[in-house]
Amino acid sequence: MQQVSTPSQTTLPLVKPHTRLAWVGQLFFIVLGLAVVYILGKNLISNPTLFANIFISGLQLGFVYAMIALGYTMVYGIVKLINFAHGDVFMVGAFVSFFAVTRFNLHQWPLAVFPSIPPMVGVVIGSISVIILSMLICIMLAVTIERVAYKPLRDAPRIAALITAIGVSFFLEYFGALNFVFSPRFIPYERPFEVVAWYIKGGIHQVVPGTQPPDGSITFSNILLIIMLASVLVQIFLQFLVKRTKIGVAMRAASYDKQAARLMGIDVDSVISFTFAIGAAFAGLGGVLYAIAYSSIWSQLGILPGLKAFVAAVLGGIGSIPGAFVGALIMGQAESMTMGYISTPMRDAVAFTILIIVLLIRPTGIFGEPEKEKA
Amino acid sequence: MEFGFLVGSIVKILALLAYIYGILWVMAQPSRWVKAGGLIVAFGVVQLGLTKFGNFQILNSFDSGLLFQASAMTMVALGLNLIYGFNGQFSLGQWGFYGIGAYTAADITYRWVNGDARGLVVIAVGTILGAVILTGINKLLNQIRGVPVMSAFTLYLIGSIAAGYVAVMAGKLLFPVFQPLLGTNLEPGILATGIPLQVVFFLAVILAGVFAAEISFLLGVPVLTLGSDYFGIATLGFTIVVNVLMVNSDTILPFPEMKGGRGMVGIPKLTTWFWAFFFMIVVIVIMRNILRSSTGRAIMSVREDETAAKAMGIDIAGSKLMSFIIGSLFAGMGGAIYAHFIGFLSPGSFDFLVGFNPLIIVVFGGLGSMTGTIAASFGWLFFLEGLLRVLLGQMGTEAPTWRYVLYPLTLLLLMLIRPQGLLGTVEWGFLKAKEVLVRQKPKPASTDTPAVQA
Amino acid sequence: MENNTSSPTILKVEGLTKYFGGLGAVQNFEMVLKQGDLNGLIGPNGAGKTTVFNLITGIYVPTRGLIEFDGTSTAGREPFEITRSGIARTFQNIRLFSNLSVLDNVRIAYHPHAGYSLTDSVLRTKRFYVKEDELTEQALDFLAIFGLEGIQNELAKNLPYGQQRRVEIARALAANPKLLLLDEPAAGMNPKEIIELMDLIHFIHDRFNLTILLIEHQMRVVMGICRYITVMDFGQVIARGNPKEIQANQRVVEAYLGKGAGHAA
Repeated sequence: MQQVSTPSQTTLPLVKPHTRLAWVGQLFFIVLGLAVVYILGKNLISNPTLFANIFISGLQLGFVYAMIALGYTMVYGIVKLINFAHGDVFMVGAFVSFFAVTRFNLHQWPLAVFPSIPPMVGVVIGSISVIILSMLICIMLAVTIERVAYKPLRDAPRIAALITAIGVSFFLEYFGALNFVFSPRFIPYERPFEVVAWYIKGGIHQVVPGTQPPDGSITFSNILLIIMLASVLVQIFLQFLVKRTKIGVAMRAASYDKQAARLMGIDVDSVISFTFAIGAAFAGLGGVLYAIAYSSIWSQLGILPGLKAFVAAVLGGIGSIPGAFVGALIMGQAESMTMGYISTPMRDAVAFTILIIVLLIRPTGIFGEPEKEKA
Repeated sequence: MEFGFLVGSIVKILALLAYIYGILWVMAQPSRWVKAGGLIVAFGVVQLGLTKFGNFQILNSFDSGLLFQASAMTMVALGLNLIYGFNGQFSLGQWGFYGIGAYTAADITYRWVNGDARGLVVIAVGTILGAVILTGINKLLNQIRGVPVMSAFTLYLIGSIAAGYVAVMAGKLLFPVFQPLLGTNLEPGILATGIPLQVVFFLAVILAGVFAAEISFLLGVPVLTLGSDYFGIATLGFTIVVNVLMVNSDTILPFPEMKGGRGMVGIPKLTTWFWAFFFMIVVIVIMRNILRSSTGRAIMSVREDETAAKAMGIDIAGSKLMSFIIGSLFAGMGGAIYAHFIGFLSPGSFDFLVGFNPLIIVVFGGLGSMTGTIAASFGWLFFLEGLLRVLLGQMGTEAPTWRYVLYPLTLLLLMLIRPQGLLGTVEWGFLKAKEVLVRQKPKPASTDTPAVQA
Repeated sequence: MENNTSSPTILKVEGLTKYFGGLGAVQNFEMVLKQGDLNGLIGPNGAGKTTVFNLITGIYVPTRGLIEFDGTSTAGREPFEITRSGIARTFQNIRLFSNLSVLDNVRIAYHPHAGYSLTDSVLRTKRFYVKEDELTEQALDFLAIFGLEGIQNELAKNLPYGQQRRVEIARALAANPKLLLLDEPAAGMNPKEIIELMDLIHFIHDRFNLTILLIEHQMRVVMGICRYITVMDFGQVIARGNPKEIQANQRVVEAYLGKGAGHAA
């Protein structure tokens, strides 16, 4: 009988990962990074106010992407599906608010029903009702999509579900482009409230509507503040939802292991539907705010913001809610800086370059989790 | 009249299927003479249909247009099927390579007929030198094991930039030599007409394919390591970037003759049925020969199970890269055929939304079925582009939109009802795997086999 | 320590450690396999046995430790390079290429040394036909040895479980390995099939002059065919020895049946 002699802790050195010629790639990225820093730095010094304005527009874009990215990251976290149709849900949100405002004057109902309330309160309540309507319709749309198109394919190969998602996305875009739906044209968006802009030049002044702010001033608007506020509130709400509530625990359990969650008595199907609903609600909110900010909508509005928001979610670490937020802010800045300092058309190229670089350097993203054991 | 048109279209589609079956059948025949003769007959039948006898022509210009487009689409879709259907890598970049091929080939011949040899010289020197440098670096990196992807990519990038630089220099140097032989657009020289022009076109198609393949190599090295759906998004991004560059080809890129978003006009219409047929058959033969070999089995094993393939000693990364490159080669060649048929390239036709077409074809025809892809490419164009456009034409300006509403719905239904595609993995004639029959002679070794008979 | 100490060493593993996050899946694993060994690796579920296989074949990169196959270290080599140098394996949950034919499954093993290039296959040169016929013949021979004649054109996924197991072993052997790793080959088999399997393992071990390392849950298989056994629990080796010694080992019994049972025994 041979009792095993516990090996006298032969601490061999750590096995180094593949590292030969690694400096070539590192150098490449360092040069790339330095070039970006140089271009930005040079422009910051030569024209700080332009830089600040670009930064602010990037901020606005970033906060909108953050609201879309949340839906991507949560859905991917649970069903491992890139929900291509998410960007189109965002588009539908914008259109619902458009119709609510222009056709039904929904934003004016408080003043019509209670003429005595102060106009400011009326506008706020009216606008919020428009947003809530958009969110509700987006939720219904997303849950329908999930039930009809994705659920039957839950056990099919992942790519089948991805193709289905692309199909749904196409359908929404072109169905929306029909004349009796949204029409294929760009539509000027009628805002439920007035956009007020301010400029900073020796103090904060309001921009007189119809005039340009003076040269060399930094401008921002109330819609920027609203988008930032909404985005941060959404973020806090989701943190609370995921960390502190029962459904949040169920979501985390389902994303960790669907089978085990099912055995623990969690109704995984309704958790998935709920996740789609939450994501869609915030996409709808984002859609309304995006439309108010950029005041022009069309049926393919959702494609590129959707894709960029997805890239933002990957950048932040897919499945992570704060990650989506941080990733979206970085994406907003990257896009805005590209538009400002390189060339406007390259704004779409930069998003995908970032995606590739992130996946190569840190495939799990900024907030991602480390390597797990494969089955 | 509509009913007649409907019947006519169905007859045409059935005739096409019979035609494809015939080609594949005759190519499966053992005798070389039968094969060659059959192909000549197959070529001649359509050529006859395209020939005008006075006012009479069996295949009108609408049909012939669909036929040419279908042959270009066959190449693109076969390439995608190799990448996605056989190797399992979900790529949305095929349309980008198609566009690269189209613009590259168009630029070569456009410049050539306008008295500028630089297009051909630069691309030829660049692709050949690029291929040499890239394979050289690849060999070197296989010697030094364990080089991270990023470093490899950086080296490849530097290599290609160097090749490009040398090519541009060579173009500047050699360009005056050709000048007198090319003449001008109005008075073409010896080299810009007749057979020399056909040779240039042939080279342009090949070079466009090889160029697209080299770009795909550069893209594939970093991107193929990403894993299935990230790879899809990254290649989709590639298609979008290519399209952005096309729209700005005269501002960001230094190609004024491509005219950016307005579209490139004046490309010589050199695609004849001979070339379309020839290149389509070449693509089919190459693809079949690759797939029905050890390399093809390795490619398919990667789709089936990567871990098991690794355990069998198969170079997963190499195999993915190879099918990606070959698929892009086909796409580039298809693009070249398309450009010289249509004579006009607009960035709008290379938009990523249009780029889902080959994917739809591959999915319809059946992932991993070459026959299905060929049949679906022809059937798709005749059915959806031809029939549906005319039928929907009754609805006025909304027809194109309606088509794109119906596409995704059919795609969704297919995914829900028959995810393996219409033909599944059925293959016809030439494309079928050779069945290995049961051997008659019993092996002496099997007598002491402990395993029971199945 | 093994019965054939004179044979050359095929596999040497020293201080092998693998962490997933903070979890030590394998800690300080040691093992030596000599040419011609037929050894077993056993342990309760989650003990880290399959992880050891994945480390040996390079699918995981070890955190610490040394793996030497056939005299050279496997560190820094791609999994396919390691397996090409002469390791083949089967999987716990059969991993055939399910949409390919049985014959193609076996022929894939010949890919690294097929003997013709891509150019040969594109141009269909004479070399292609000669080599392709050759490897097809060899693959058919393997199928015959495993009693799988006549089903070479079936898709692998359409076969019954027992045949799938045999196809998997045939595929591994077709790769012409020096070391064969079998991961729970008897899983899901009935007693009759298990006896056939044990005969089969003995047979291939003798006929192909192989070194075999076997992971198994079924004690009768391990005790029946293995000459030397390593027992793992919680990522660590808790015992080594021949089947008799292992059966009598207190710690092994504890690991399998729990502490109380160990004391009772």
